[in-house]
Amino acid sequence: MFYRESGDFKKSYAEDSQTFPLKLDRYGYYAILFVAFLVVPFVINDYWASAVLIPFLIWSIASLGLNILTGYCGQVSLGTGGFMAVGAYASYKLMTSFPELNIMIIVLLSGVITAGVGVIFGLPSLRIKGFYLAVATLAAQFFLIWLFNKVPWFYNYSASGQITSPKREMFGFEVTGPSATAEAKYLFILVLVFGLAWMARNLTRGRIGRSWMAIRDMDIAAEIIGVNPLKAKLAAFAVSSFYIGIAGALFFTVYLGAVEVGEAFGILKSFLVLFMIIIGGLGSILGSFIGAAFLVLMPVLLKNVMVGTLGWPIDLAAQTELVIIGFLIMLTLILEPHGVAQLWRFLKQKLRLWPFPH
Amino acid sequence: MKLKKLAAYAVAATMAASPVLAQLVFPSLSYRTGPFGANGAEVADGFADYMTLLNERDGGIGGVLTNVIECETGYSTEKGVECYEATKGEGALIYQPLSTGMTYQLIPKTAADGIPMLTTGYGRTSVANGAVFPWVFNFPANYWNGASAAVNYMLAENDGSLEGKTVALLYHNSAYGKEPIPTLEALAEMYGFDLTLLPIDSPGQEQKSQWLQIRRESPDYALLWGWGVMNQVAIQEASNIRFPMENFIGVWWSGSENDVIPAGMAADGYKALTFHAVGTDFPMFDDMQKYVVDAGLAAGSGENVGTVLYNRGMYGAMLAAEAAKVAQEMNGVAQIDAAMMRDGLENLVVTDETMAAIGLQGFGPNFEVSCENHGGPGLVAVQQWNAADQKWTIITDFEPTDMEVIQPLIDADSAAYAAENGIEPGCN
Repeated sequence: MFYRESGDFKKSYAEDSQTFPLKLDRYGYYAILFVAFLVVPFVINDYWASAVLIPFLIWSIASLGLNILTGYCGQVSLGTGGFMAVGAYASYKLMTSFPELNIMIIVLLSGVITAGVGVIFGLPSLRIKGFYLAVATLAAQFFLIWLFNKVPWFYNYSASGQITSPKREMFGFEVTGPSATAEAKYLFILVLVFGLAWMARNLTRGRIGRSWMAIRDMDIAAEIIGVNPLKAKLAAFAVSSFYIGIAGALFFTVYLGAVEVGEAFGILKSFLVLFMIIIGGLGSILGSFIGAAFLVLMPVLLKNVMVGTLGWPIDLAAQTELVIIGFLIMLTLILEPHGVAQLWRFLKQKLRLWPFPH
Repeated sequence: MKLKKLAAYAVAATMAASPVLAQLVFPSLSYRTGPFGANGAEVADGFADYMTLLNERDGGIGGVLTNVIECETGYSTEKGVECYEATKGEGALIYQPLSTGMTYQLIPKTAADGIPMLTTGYGRTSVANGAVFPWVFNFPANYWNGASAAVNYMLAENDGSLEGKTVALLYHNSAYGKEPIPTLEALAEMYGFDLTLLPIDSPGQEQKSQWLQIRRESPDYALLWGWGVMNQVAIQEASNIRFPMENFIGVWWSGSENDVIPAGMAADGYKALTFHAVGTDFPMFDDMQKYVVDAGLAAGSGENVGTVLYNRGMYGAMLAAEAAKVAQEMNGVAQIDAAMMRDGLENLVVTDETMAAIGLQGFGPNFEVSCENHGGPGLVAVQQWNAADQKWTIITDFEPTDMEVIQPLIDADSAAYAAENGIEPGCN
């Protein structure tokens, strides 16, 4: 009744092929943008920024990246943590070598460097797939972490192997460093998230996205209809690594400010992002955000409820939190094996027909 | 329904009541879960119990109750950030994050927010230079003191010469484990011993290959810079290859009961560094038993009172409490803020009288903090494990370390930090 095409007339091709063809969808999208850009910055504080919104947005970028590779192109990767480390160390080297470079350029360049590294580690995907490819990308994960630990050039020969992000400004507002305000950090990341999600959405709707999906659904058939697997797969690795590299760069520069590679970008991070896209929904932009929200926001929420509101001892709360998250993951996957995004699609279908389903 | 209402009232009541009460807030970024949880829990218990003791016995510090806000980090820096942001608005006076990685993260943040940080025996060693790091303190001893103390001990055992000896350093492959390397390298050059570096990736359950290498090269000494489960595995592996335990020396974070008990009798003779006493032979512990443990207010089960890590957590709390007292005297107010706390830390003087008044005479070194020296005297002793009695015994005095080697390294590292971050070093 509320949620249908009828009456929503399209008068041009551009209107007909827009991202959100339904009026209600479109208004919802504008409303979210309005809140994110014009309401949140006025109410945000340090806690909400550092503990909730910034990690959520950064992990959303990472899961968008992995979703392009795994969800759209069907290439399983366990190297996400390693590629994030590439982004982080690239941004560190760029920041310290070229102090006058704008932070936005540094972040984007880190993405480009990571894309290059991603293409190199994507080469095995031309011969192997599935579990075998997962193992090859796992090797990338371990190799990259080892490299950043072993070669002192990457951390500018600091005694501890830690990298620390210096202060950088954007339009006169500090976005990295300890005295950056919550608003500046949030808006800086939000702009990137918006741009990258917009790009991902349009890439996956276009020719290149369709070639990825063709490869994912059946690579031999895709080849027969004229999709070049070399180009498609390597493009997927490049774009995916670009996103993940940006996520890694932001993770280091804006969010944490100081990282050590083994702890911040270990194998657990690769799994975390993989879980995000599986729970959120493979091959869905919205799913990337839902997955990131599920795994980043849920623990914070549970912790605040159990410790803050219920007053449980913190160790009990920490253990219970793991149990609850694990249970919720299983529940979600049993009830909706295609991820939470599928639930949303299903709901939309129902809403279109409601209240006369026949 | 009734219960819900009751709970709502209770929440509302506590929320209404809490801002009225004056409090001294000591956040405790602890970790009771994960691979380092067994160790983290003891330190956190010691910290919380000492603050409880002050509340129960003395009515707080200078008449103001202490409030320990505990926040679980799981030794993860991301959760550490969350905990820091969650607690800093509650009037936090001082942070003691108990993690070198987290310390690195918080050094610039605490300076920007104006909250002091005390990293007793961990963290970034060069914060000892208070001219560059006005908000961070790491008295009474730091990693480089530890490295030097281990070398001094080996020197004493070998009649003052380590020429041609081989030493292997097994370290946690993180900022924490890498800290002692520059000092050990400088000392290796000075005394002519051969240093082998063996990194072990966190959490450190897998170290077969490193021990294979030790077995092959059979170094004269092995040093251990580990934490949590890594220590237990290392000591077990050492006993498996029959490495002589008396030549195996751990830093103070690798010398707790948790680390040696799993290896049983095989761990007998293992040595570790320490900068404070062990056991409960101090009058303060009677009060602790009476006011905290017997009253059922202990943070843990009360069984670990007197263990190495419990004592260290308690010592950290004690230093913070003493600094708070100094700050109260300096400013003539009981309800101090974080900036006053910093001044209190910088003017802290620990003498025999202070320690005796607390009931901890001889527990830790006497020292005086100044702007130039945030690191204390760096006195370190060696303790040895007696597996039959299940007890640590201190086998040397608290001896000075080689500041002539360490001070130039501190100056160089802090100068590099100052240059990187545009800090104008200075004491005023």
